[in-house]
Amino acid sequence: MFPAVDVRQVSKRYGSLQALDGVDLRIEAGEFFGLLGPNGAGKTTLINLLSGLARADSGQLSILGRDVAAQYRDSRRLLGVVPQELVFDPFFTVRETLRLQSGYFGLRHNDAWIDELMHHLDLTDKADTNMRRLSGGMKRRVLVAQALVHKPPVIVLDEPTAGVDVELRQIMWRFIQRLNREGHTVLLTTHYLEEAEALCGRIAMLKRGRIVALDSTQNLLNSAAGCRVRMRLSGELPAVLAPHMIERVGEDYLLALSSYPALETMLMQLREAGLTVLEMSLQQPDLEEVFLRVVGKA
Amino acid sequence: MKTSFVTLFYKEVLRVQKVAFQTLLSPILTAVLYLLIFSHVLEQHVEVYPGVRYTAFLIPGLVMMSVLQNAFANSSSSLIQSKITGNLVFVLLAPISYWEFFAAYVLAAVVRGLVVGAGVYLAALYFAQPAMDHPLWALLFAILGSALLGSMGVVAGIWAEKFDQLASFQNFIIMPLTFLSGVFYSIHSLPAFWQDLSRFNPFFYMIDGFRYGFFGVSDISPWFSLAVVAACFAAMAGFTLALLRSGYKLRF
Ligand SMILES: Nc1ncnc2c1ncn2[C@@H]1O[C@H](COP(=O)(O)OP(=O)(O)O)[C@@H](O)[C@H]1O
Ligand SMILES: [Mg+2]
Repeated sequence: MFPAVDVRQVSKRYGSLQALDGVDLRIEAGEFFGLLGPNGAGKTTLINLLSGLARADSGQLSILGRDVAAQYRDSRRLLGVVPQELVFDPFFTVRETLRLQSGYFGLRHNDAWIDELMHHLDLTDKADTNMRRLSGGMKRRVLVAQALVHKPPVIVLDEPTAGVDVELRQIMWRFIQRLNREGHTVLLTTHYLEEAEALCGRIAMLKRGRIVALDSTQNLLNSAAGCRVRMRLSGELPAVLAPHMIERVGEDYLLALSSYPALETMLMQLREAGLTVLEMSLQQPDLEEVFLRVVGKA
Repeated sequence: MKTSFVTLFYKEVLRVQKVAFQTLLSPILTAVLYLLIFSHVLEQHVEVYPGVRYTAFLIPGLVMMSVLQNAFANSSSSLIQSKITGNLVFVLLAPISYWEFFAAYVLAAVVRGLVVGAGVYLAALYFAQPAMDHPLWALLFAILGSALLGSMGVVAGIWAEKFDQLASFQNFIIMPLTFLSGVFYSIHSLPAFWQDLSRFNPFFYMIDGFRYGFFGVSDISPWFSLAVVAACFAAMAGFTLALLRSGYKLRF
């Protein structure tokens, strides 16, 4: 089996700016993959190279084994891209837009699937409305539908939820998750870290055109400085534990531990100091911490 | 036929139809205004071909001018609009080859050129009825000429980044070449220098060949004009295809 997305040693310059610098990335078929990174990191550039909107200076990219340059017809048929910008053709209605897009992909009679797409994205009652008259959120839904007219096995969404209201975000995620369950590979870039945390099985972090972290979401979360402990003690915090303290919250102490085993050690030290724990809660690290740490230092 | 090519062509035609007031009606009215003014001013004074009224002489030139200008306008403005609004990505993301892209835009330009040309011709019949000795010659020149201008429009639409750049292309290249091509006169009425210069203007051969289709008379042999226009189209098409293939200003 070919990987859904295979990127090997890809570099891309814009003038003096190195937008991508030797990127290697493999996404297996069926994954829900997140691509994170600050603005200007090169996420959209990588997507453009995959879709053929831009051309790599060096390196190879392929979609399910089809090279994006030499076999562009195949690779584009296998790929559905929701662009970052809210673009639309003001001359056409929603249905016309979707029919034209089907035609571009060589599909003449696609109305059954178009109707289904519109149904799932709550667009049915806008089918004959001109694109110009749709709200931003509605246009975004049409963009998603356009990317899916040819039922691509690999779906790329470039910050699809930026500036989108909560309700639409819910609708979109339910729909995309369903597609993923049905076997579509999903590559998502987003600014909302909770979103990536909730949806993606694996995550790559991009910074200045380089991949600075690439792992399963769980491993990335685990790698984030163990955990935080908030507790109330029967006395003062012993001196040995002082280096772990982040802050005092009322009567509680907030401590940072490097790993879960460190929790054992801490409890032992408390016992030795003759203290008892009156209340305790553990706080999970979130992706934001990982992100700040990885992207901050690299 | 390839569905993606047919769809792109159909989309271009649909666009023309949706804004038919601007794309079809308004150029026809413009041409009729030219006809009214020039024929009113010159009818009594000029006889280009013996036995042919000036207004009748003028009609084929005006028809061809409309054909050419509208073919150019169609591909160039459609492309620049799609580039500026960003919706060209829908085409660029699709498995459409560069020659399908070329063929769709050029063919749509030919269709718009021919429809406007036919409209101008029909409206002009009200004022004068020029002969139509060789309709197939006229049609051949109209098709080749609009294909050439449609192809130039593709290049201009890709090259231009703003509407005013496109306007300068139109004002400084297309307009002078059309006006200096013998739409309103026969080049034999020009001083020798301008006559010689006109022979380097491909538009001259398009108009002259097109007019031959009407009157069976022309400044140059229609076969020679046909060869020149066909060679220009082939060169332009080759250049446009190479540009599209390179991804110039389309795929960054
Ligand atoms: N067509 C282009 N011309 C010049 N610079 C570009 C172009 N596209 C992107 N860039 C630059 O490349 C860098 C990466 O951009 P992009 O891939 O859009 O980042 P991201 O999507 O991660 O925010 C940015 O500095 C951007 O300005
Ligand atoms: Mg981006």
